[in-house]
Amino acid sequence: MLKTAARSSGRTASDIRSVRDDFPILQRQVRGKPLVYLDNAATSQKPSQVIETLSRYYRSQNANIHRGVYYLSERATADYEAARVRAQRFLNAAQPEEVVFVRGATEAINLVVGSYGRSVLRSGDEVLISAMEHHSNIVPWQILCEAVGARLRVAPIDRAGTLPVDEFERALSPRTKIVAVVHVSNSLGTINPVKQLVSLAKESGAVVLVDGAQAAPHMQVDVQQLGCDFYTVSGHKMYAPTGIGLLYGRGELLEAMPPYQGGGEMIRSVAFEKTTYAPPPAKFEAGTPHIAGALGLGAAIEYIEQIGWGFIHEREASLLEHALERLATVPGLRFVGSARERASVVSFVMDGIHAHDIGTIVDQEGVAIRTGHHCTQPVMDFFRVPATARASFAFYNTLDEVDVLVRALQEAREVFG
Amino acid sequence: MAELRELYQQTILDHNRNPRNFRVIKDADRSAHGDNPLCGDKIRVYVKLKNDVIEDVSFDGSGCAISQSSASLMTTAVMGKSVAEADQLFAKFHAMVTAGAEQAADRKELGKLAAFAGVREFPARVKCANLAWHTLHAALESRTEPVSTE
Repeated sequence: MLKTAARSSGRTASDIRSVRDDFPILQRQVRGKPLVYLDNAATSQKPSQVIETLSRYYRSQNANIHRGVYYLSERATADYEAARVRAQRFLNAAQPEEVVFVRGATEAINLVVGSYGRSVLRSGDEVLISAMEHHSNIVPWQILCEAVGARLRVAPIDRAGTLPVDEFERALSPRTKIVAVVHVSNSLGTINPVKQLVSLAKESGAVVLVDGAQAAPHMQVDVQQLGCDFYTVSGHKMYAPTGIGLLYGRGELLEAMPPYQGGGEMIRSVAFEKTTYAPPPAKFEAGTPHIAGALGLGAAIEYIEQIGWGFIHEREASLLEHALERLATVPGLRFVGSARERASVVSFVMDGIHAHDIGTIVDQEGVAIRTGHHCTQPVMDFFRVPATARASFAFYNTLDEVDVLVRALQEAREVFG
Repeated sequence: MAELRELYQQTILDHNRNPRNFRVIKDADRSAHGDNPLCGDKIRVYVKLKNDVIEDVSFDGSGCAISQSSASLMTTAVMGKSVAEADQLFAKFHAMVTAGAEQAADRKELGKLAAFAGVREFPARVKCANLAWHTLHAALESRTEPVSTE
């Protein structure tokens, strides 16, 4: 195993150096040590190409979009809509109109809950989610179910941290109107068999939302191939700025859905007697959007495409393999989640050392990892741990950085005895 | 490593490994629940009072080394003290973990609690050190709402 990792890292050593040069923050030091950033599942770092796009927009292109008849506004509108087309191709949506710019994956889910969910869900209906959902794919559904008297059902996970398909199938019923399931778990790294889950849910007549916040940075997403009705993306987890994300919605659903928020931009005509709404996606983009963010997301997609999924997969697979192998050598360390299909996310606990103490200790070595419940308290309860430490890797991380983490954990072991 | 040893002093590590008064007082006069939503630290503090004196005090729950050892040391520090003395101790402890070295004069009065002086170098961990104290304070005030550090 180690050999494979070493070989692949050797072959791409210069590529890694050059991609690391794209991310200015990776040059900095923290507490006198080189920054080892292993919290990519919380937010990724940003390449110069994205930072420059934001800077260029505010320095020389800033204007509000749509309706402006002057040069800068027309240009900003064109750039904003070009970013939408880039996002459409990135997700392989059939039409650009099926892509709505939102603040992030959380807002994307809330949009679907507040607009689609609220208009179709009735008392006695069911919403099915999984036991490994992020709080953002639990709480909005809970609020809606409580409001309309619907039932929130939960498909269980197993000890490996995977979602058994037969149990998921059993949890579906004719009353299931909506299924909302995560593509890649943020706390366990598990990649769910989403295509299969979608097809089972569709057979049973449900509309399906897939939370892709953790998937989009790691794998090519094809919403048509998945067959889902909604797909959510968080920009800042895939090298774009914070405050921008995507909601993919199947055209006919978006057409039929009521607005999410009212305001400017989302209307066709307004009179005090009656307002008619703009068609999607404008119907769901009330107010001035995060124009710079959308451009930044477009630049991030372009960056990913330039680097290529092949490189990203190879790097992340080798980081994951090396991390699993090296972390296993730390005395008293236990992994939480052991799915075979997984993204480059590793959750673990250590005997006699709480995750927060681990986080503080490795921080002294410049290592940034996340510690806590990762907004998945039900997952922590299931594994009977109060919290875990989580290292999550991006293609710009190196095997040496994994070793720095491992040495820091060995130090934690020494401090705590 | 030096700063780490400053934070994780032997006293703290010892109380984390072998927490004192880690038990439920079944006939407690007062108890309160505290949690730190950021970290998931959870604690319950139990108090038996007699004429305004803390006759017995204990805690249970789970959390990081800082929160667990702080709770443990707190129980040993306030055992047998009056409610007013316990509140004063909390004020001094709070000042030490948030303010800085100028509280040196109070260090003596704080006794073993001075082990937490290093926490002020780790702002994210101050809440861990204070959790048990806030919870004790709520118990003494008979507040029913759970204490949260957020």
